[in-house]
Amino acid sequence: MMEVIEKVLTKNGLLFAFLFVGFIMLISYWLSKKLTRNKIPGVAIAILIGLALALLGDKKGIADIPLFAGMALLGGSMFRDFSVVATAMGADLEKIKHAGLAGVIALLVGVFFSFFLGVAIAYAMGYSDSVSLATIGAGACTYIVGPVTGGALGASSEVMAISIAAGVVKTIVATIGTPLVAKAISLDNPHSAVVFGGLIGTTSGVAAGLAATDPKLVPYGALTATFYTGLGCLLCPSVFYFILKMLVG
Amino acid sequence: MIIYGVALLAFCFLVGKILGSLLGLAIGVNGDVGGVGFAMILLMVINLYLKKKGWLKTETTKGILFWSSMYLPIIVAMASTQNVKAAISSGPVALVVGAVVTITAFFLVPLIAKIGRKEQNA
Repeated sequence: MMEVIEKVLTKNGLLFAFLFVGFIMLISYWLSKKLTRNKIPGVAIAILIGLALALLGDKKGIADIPLFAGMALLGGSMFRDFSVVATAMGADLEKIKHAGLAGVIALLVGVFFSFFLGVAIAYAMGYSDSVSLATIGAGACTYIVGPVTGGALGASSEVMAISIAAGVVKTIVATIGTPLVAKAISLDNPHSAVVFGGLIGTTSGVAAGLAATDPKLVPYGALTATFYTGLGCLLCPSVFYFILKMLVG
Repeated sequence: MIIYGVALLAFCFLVGKILGSLLGLAIGVNGDVGGVGFAMILLMVINLYLKKKGWLKTETTKGILFWSSMYLPIIVAMASTQNVKAAISSGPVALVVGAVVTITAFFLVPLIAKIGRKEQNA
């Protein structure tokens, strides 16, 4: 009997994922209400439960367990981007126009700053060759920019792993940290959200962090964040790498 | 009909992704640059146009709003499929770089948001 149930659930992975996530949301909102009197938003708790569940697997988190493979489809880039685009229905085009320039500046500053701060930290922690430094610095942009840069420059697989991990840490810190610092950095309006998306850049971290802070801000942050990884892949292995090479030789 | 909304959303999504991939190709990055952004702008513009013309039915909007409200559960599913184990176990460099860069970037938000605002008021 268990076998039959498991077979049905595995075969209909996406639908089981709907059920499972629905269940997580139910528990999270209940916990938020009962334990924190809505002080910690239910979404934030749900995302934390999600991250904790990811520890049950490896590379693909909980989706490494065949029963939960559908979670990778539901949480994959296709559905994520589809639903992010849908949030544009609630966004105000005028507000985006106003924040446009700040958004572009935030993007450039964000990629430049993440790369060179990442490089500086890696240097302080014992890395000195320009390829490893650039790869780790690129990982500080997003976990896609890291391996793309490392691949282009021919970095070792150990450094590639570190750069991907740095990007994943960034996503997690953005997810958990955003609601905590939102007040301090006055992240409570579309204008700031556009800038925030450009500075942090990791689409999943920006999206999840803003969702936990105020879902209304999601489309504004997502709009700029979507350009970040591409810009990073463009600048890190080229211009930034050459600047770095001039600095460390 | 609800499917009109879903179809419109899919249209914007695909056109945005194609534009993003073409831009990626043009600047020599293998991948999609800003596809989601293009799709969002397209959806906003079409939405505005249809509303003005009075062609946007409530039923059509429902098809889009459904997906927009599925956004949070999808993010939760996404969180549960991240490589959290690697992030925690790959040693201090990744942890320090990821954490310090993100936290410092948080505090750049008010600075850059200010620059933008001044321009806006001027």
